[in-house]
Amino acid sequence: MEIEIDGKIAQVPDGSTIMDAAQQLGAYIPHFCYHKKLSIAANCRMCLVQVEKAPKPLPACATPVTNGMKVFTHSELAIKAQKGVMEFLLINHPLDCPICDQGGECQLQDLAVGYGGSSSRFQEGKRVVFHKDVGPLISMQEMARCIHCTRCVRFGQEIAGVMELGMANRTMHAEIMTFVGRSIDSELSGNMIDLCPVGALTSKPFRYSARSWELSRRKSVSPHDSVGANLTVQIKNNVVMRVLPRENEDVNECWISDKDRFSYEALNSPARLTRPMIRVDGALREVAWNVALDYVTHALKDITGGKGGESLAALASPHATLEELHLLQKLTRGLGSGSVDFRLRRRDFSTDGKRVGTPWLGRRFSEIKDLDAALVIGSFLRKDHPLFAQRLRQLGKQWGKVSLLSLGGDDPLINLHAQVAVSPAELPLALAAVVKAAAQLKNEPPPAGFEAVEPCASSQAIARSLLDGEQSAIFLGNAAEQHPQAGQLHALAAELAKLTGATCGFIGEAANSVGGYVAKALPGALNAYEMFAQPRQAYVLLGVEPELDCHNPQQALAALKAAALVVMLTPFSDGGAVDYADVLLPITPFTETSGTLVNAEGRVQSFNGVVRPLGDARPGWKVLRVLGNLLALPGFEQDSSEQVRDEVIAAGEGFVSGLDNGVSAGPWSPSAAPAGLQRVADVPIYAADLLVRRAAALQKTHDAAAPSARMSAATMAKLAVSDGAPVRVRQGEGEALLPARADETVPPGCVRVAAAHLSTAALGDMFGAINVERA
Amino acid sequence: MLTPESLKKIDREIAKYPVDQKRSAIMAALAIAQDEQGWLSSEAIESVANYLGMAPVAAYEVASFYNMYNLKPLGKYKLSVCTNLPCMLSGGVDAGEYLKKKLGIGYNETTPDGLITLKEGECMGACGDAPVMIVNNRRMCSWMQPEQIDQLLAELK
Amino acid sequence: MAILGAINPMLSLGLDGDKAWRLADYVKRGGYSALRRILEEKQPQGSVINEVKKSVLRGRGGAGFPTGLKWSFMPRSFPGDKYVVCNSDEGEPGTFKDRDILRYNPHSVIEGMAIAAYAMGAACGYNYIHGEVWEIYERFEEALDEARAAGFLGSDLLGSGFNFELFAHHGYGAYICGEETALLESIEGKKGQPRFKPPFPASFGLYGKPTTINNTETFASIPYIINLGGETYLEAGKANNGGTKLFSISGHVERPGNYEIPLGTPFATLLEMAGGMRGGRQLKACIPGGSSAPVVPAEAMMACTMDYDSISKAGSMLGSGAVIVMDETTCMVRALERLSFFYYEESCGQCTPCREGTGWLYQVVHRIENGQGRADDLELLACVTTNIMGRTICALGDAASMPVQSFIKHFHDEFAYHIEHKKCLVPVDVQRAGSGFFTARV
Ligand SMILES: Cc1cc2nc3c(=O)[nH]c(=O)nc-3n(C[C@H](O)[C@H](O)[C@H](O)COP(=O)(O)O)c2cc1C
Ligand code: SF4
Ligand code: FES
Repeated sequence: MEIEIDGKIAQVPDGSTIMDAAQQLGAYIPHFCYHKKLSIAANCRMCLVQVEKAPKPLPACATPVTNGMKVFTHSELAIKAQKGVMEFLLINHPLDCPICDQGGECQLQDLAVGYGGSSSRFQEGKRVVFHKDVGPLISMQEMARCIHCTRCVRFGQEIAGVMELGMANRTMHAEIMTFVGRSIDSELSGNMIDLCPVGALTSKPFRYSARSWELSRRKSVSPHDSVGANLTVQIKNNVVMRVLPRENEDVNECWISDKDRFSYEALNSPARLTRPMIRVDGALREVAWNVALDYVTHALKDITGGKGGESLAALASPHATLEELHLLQKLTRGLGSGSVDFRLRRRDFSTDGKRVGTPWLGRRFSEIKDLDAALVIGSFLRKDHPLFAQRLRQLGKQWGKVSLLSLGGDDPLINLHAQVAVSPAELPLALAAVVKAAAQLKNEPPPAGFEAVEPCASSQAIARSLLDGEQSAIFLGNAAEQHPQAGQLHALAAELAKLTGATCGFIGEAANSVGGYVAKALPGALNAYEMFAQPRQAYVLLGVEPELDCHNPQQALAALKAAALVVMLTPFSDGGAVDYADVLLPITPFTETSGTLVNAEGRVQSFNGVVRPLGDARPGWKVLRVLGNLLALPGFEQDSSEQVRDEVIAAGEGFVSGLDNGVSAGPWSPSAAPAGLQRVADVPIYAADLLVRRAAALQKTHDAAAPSARMSAATMAKLAVSDGAPVRVRQGEGEALLPARADETVPPGCVRVAAAHLSTAALGDMFGAINVERA
Repeated sequence: MLTPESLKKIDREIAKYPVDQKRSAIMAALAIAQDEQGWLSSEAIESVANYLGMAPVAAYEVASFYNMYNLKPLGKYKLSVCTNLPCMLSGGVDAGEYLKKKLGIGYNETTPDGLITLKEGECMGACGDAPVMIVNNRRMCSWMQPEQIDQLLAELK
Repeated sequence: MAILGAINPMLSLGLDGDKAWRLADYVKRGGYSALRRILEEKQPQGSVINEVKKSVLRGRGGAGFPTGLKWSFMPRSFPGDKYVVCNSDEGEPGTFKDRDILRYNPHSVIEGMAIAAYAMGAACGYNYIHGEVWEIYERFEEALDEARAAGFLGSDLLGSGFNFELFAHHGYGAYICGEETALLESIEGKKGQPRFKPPFPASFGLYGKPTTINNTETFASIPYIINLGGETYLEAGKANNGGTKLFSISGHVERPGNYEIPLGTPFATLLEMAGGMRGGRQLKACIPGGSSAPVVPAEAMMACTMDYDSISKAGSMLGSGAVIVMDETTCMVRALERLSFFYYEESCGQCTPCREGTGWLYQVVHRIENGQGRADDLELLACVTTNIMGRTICALGDAASMPVQSFIKHFHDEFAYHIEHKKCLVPVDVQRAGSGFFTARV
């Protein structure tokens, strides 16, 4: 279709609106309610334009293009209409730009300057709207500024998948609110702040801390999950003041999760470690860098020299940069130890040595929208992967058949095709049932060992959807990777992929889960679990809080407390380190270092530091390089993080090579479910890494509530406990006292007890047997 | 929260709509809940929302949009007088004033004994019968001259 | 009996008995014979629609859109669900005809909807009934039960293989739900906020399916059209204005109520049927088509015949056929203030010009009425109305503006007097005398 806008001609597909065409031509039409990712509301009327032959001005955002249409966005008729709308918008809007938080970045302010009359003809009293308290992240203090564009409401309904805000009442008393004073709890909620074209919804942590024009903007990448959301970090006086999304349609579109947005508070937390510390006479004392490095060098030499290289183990956070991971494994190997790993929450390493390449998502994020069917296995999807879940949500709304094989948990807020929730022990069997169903549908004999498997209706529905889809995908979630039979799950998923023609891949636990493999921060000797099961003499920990980050914190703590040397490279001085660390080396978080993260789709995203390091903290890669020098190891001559990266990934590569989820595995056979209760451990969203744990506002959300022992009413009845009553939860030698909570999403025979929290750090394996009794 | 009888009535309403469009019954369900309790507490709105599988705030949007839902407790009888132009021309406004005087209250107020709440209504679709008023959203009273108003008030006990 | 008078009645013929609304009575009057014939003869859908086209029946809900043409927009062969929806939300001030149709002749609506559903291939319908007329809603539910029991609704109507289910949905107090897309939203369980068009309901209606919406009176006329034949029906009215229509007369007449007359009947005749002006006073002005229609001064009104074309020539609209009669005791500022309050109260609050503009209009008119008008207020009102009109999602913005513009245009002096003298040209006790409310005893 051809359309002419202000004399310029555009060709647009059938079904486009005038706004689409204008954007294609780069012509700006003023608007408030229109947003390319939201449904069309056409309620603000700011985008009125003149269309040839139409007697009235028409809203560009909602008017479909017809062939040969002629549009005038600046004609007298159009300008008059736009001015008229602007006048209406302003009559009840407070003229408080000088004190408004949005001042300087307000769409209404910007447009009003161009359109508003000099003085208002409206001389009646302005509308009064009461403020609302909706939780720690979003401020609704100044709702009189709201212009009722309903972007926030539509965002909730359409993108977040949960309608928490609505527009109540009618007439000019229409008002945006939550249901009777509720808080906004969506893990994507902060995007509403960006969407609000005026200063009605503002960031509570940021409010009044800076004016927009005082801030400088730097590009960065979020280090929180495997999406690697692109960020704009705003700083003032060398302090990060705010984090906003940087649009990248292929990665995070124009969204970021609340974790990406609000965790910056941790960067400025008083718990930041700014000077190296050494344990002297039982207490940690600040020392100069050279003292600390000297101490570490000698201690490491002594132990590895005396007891052999394998007395040393090194663990890195999967959120660490590629450069840090690379240098750490190099250092460890240089010292004669093969015990290096970043897969902290993994329990089953049986696929080590059997993998064909680097495990990854199996396809690009941008290809998710083209899927016909998707199966997610073992994931607390919405909390583990807010933005990935959002993409599947959009898919489910259209043609895509999204299914879930889960361990229960929150409603993913996705229009699901099928869902099967089972206990951890049954998960491989449940997946095997889908494999068998697929084989049956294809009239192929099921693989050996599957004789006793009986596919249920849901597994058949899932298999059929994967088979029928031209584009199908299988995604293994965090729980599938942390599972005690992770290898089997991988092999079964690969088998299912082979049968159905689907891709198979991992959503990825952390910001650099793929990067860890690429950097080969992988064990030749002991893996992450064995390092603590078979305690070592010395540990080097890079950005790891073992009591919160490891599969079995009980074991980790015992080993660390018994070790002769624990060296921690960390940005923080608080936490478990106080108990077991011998040396703390202050490294910088992502905003103060350059580095690279490889996201789940294998995308290489390098970034620069946006502020100077705080105090004496130094980028992790530099600290490791200096240590390498001091230890006189070869290969530590790099001058920049780029040089480090280039050792791992060829310069200029957009995506890493060698991505392959293939695995060679032996035959599968069902294993018997254990007697007694099983633990289901999730990693709560605001406990997942060391930054979010220290982000003050995030810690006040409902998602950050202390763990409880969640179970179905039936399980509760069996244990004779009631909702809210305290229970004693035991694994191995450790125990925790938690309130019991009724939760029907927990599969029968299971108790859901979150990991990654101090109150459960005394417990053992994430998915092991667990004992619960009345306290 | 809702009584079994109310739920039964709501089920009858749900049956009018396609199976995947349960929320179409929200208006009827809210009316049923209101009949049961005299007004719509947030608990009532929430239980209706849950019953129909919709977000509570979406149910609240509906409850606050339509005039005949009472979001606050009222007197035993809600008396709405139409004062719109056609009624006004035939005494609607005067009838309202007459009621105010007799009851000693203004619009949106409740008599001290909690018996009657007076409301100014909009066109009730019965302009030919002016003055018109409605008791508790259900009973329409036509041709309400002073005598008829007195009679009505005597009846509302 | 609330149809107070008629000339050549169709809809209101034979409604004298107190059981006129019962199925048996309707059948005795010839009811359901049209539906029966269509089904028995298996008439092609197109020919039913053609008959309606021939009748030049124009929608009785307000816009006067030709019904046959509207029906022909439905994608009849669309394979999925399709709906017919009846608009009985009658909330336009001055209109109270649909209430009487449903009260005395509900089966004509049911039959009309069944015929419409047949003609457009719909299997399901809803009748959206104004919230304040609760007893009408209950009566309609009863009529539906009767029709179902007699096989006029449900599956395999009269053994024809044609299925049609019909349900009643009640409103709960929102004028805007009379707007057809707001009505659909309301049935869907949402706030009654009008949708932007296009797409129109014929392609994206209830639950996103093709839908046709007509007014109660429109549907009620269908059986008569089928029985009489389109041409005869057309001839009952006048060219381009087929048939008879119910007019709701309110205000300063002796016998307010509903009257059925052929389109094209002189206004004077209608006024006479309604007993003439109350107390023999002088006609001052008339709103001929419901509160949203522009007001017409006495002289121009007396020259009109009651049909779409004539009223439109007089600068107004026949609308829903609600005739609001005002005599010399009426203060036009006060009348407008009340109407402006109504539109302000009933704006759905969705789109900017209407949400903000209706409040502004009311506040200014209210000020003038209360002696606080300013010299430039009339100009301001004119300007605000132009900024609303044609720029809103639905026609409520226009509906709120047209009274303001027409009142000021025709009664400018009265407004100016109000502003200048801070009081009304018509003394308050005169206004009260006009209302006919008898307060001697107070
Ligand atoms: C603000 C507004 C209110 C309306 N109210 C009604 C109403 O109460 N009843 C009605 O039948 N049509 C009403 N309409 C017109 C409907 O939108 C629609 O045109 C009509 O129901 C179509 O039926 P018809 O073609 O049979 O007239 C209203 C329109 C607007 C813009
Ligand atoms: S014109 Fe008024 S009633 Fe119509 S959509 Fe806009 S705000 Fe709602
Ligand atoms: S952007 Fe088009 S109406 Fe708001």
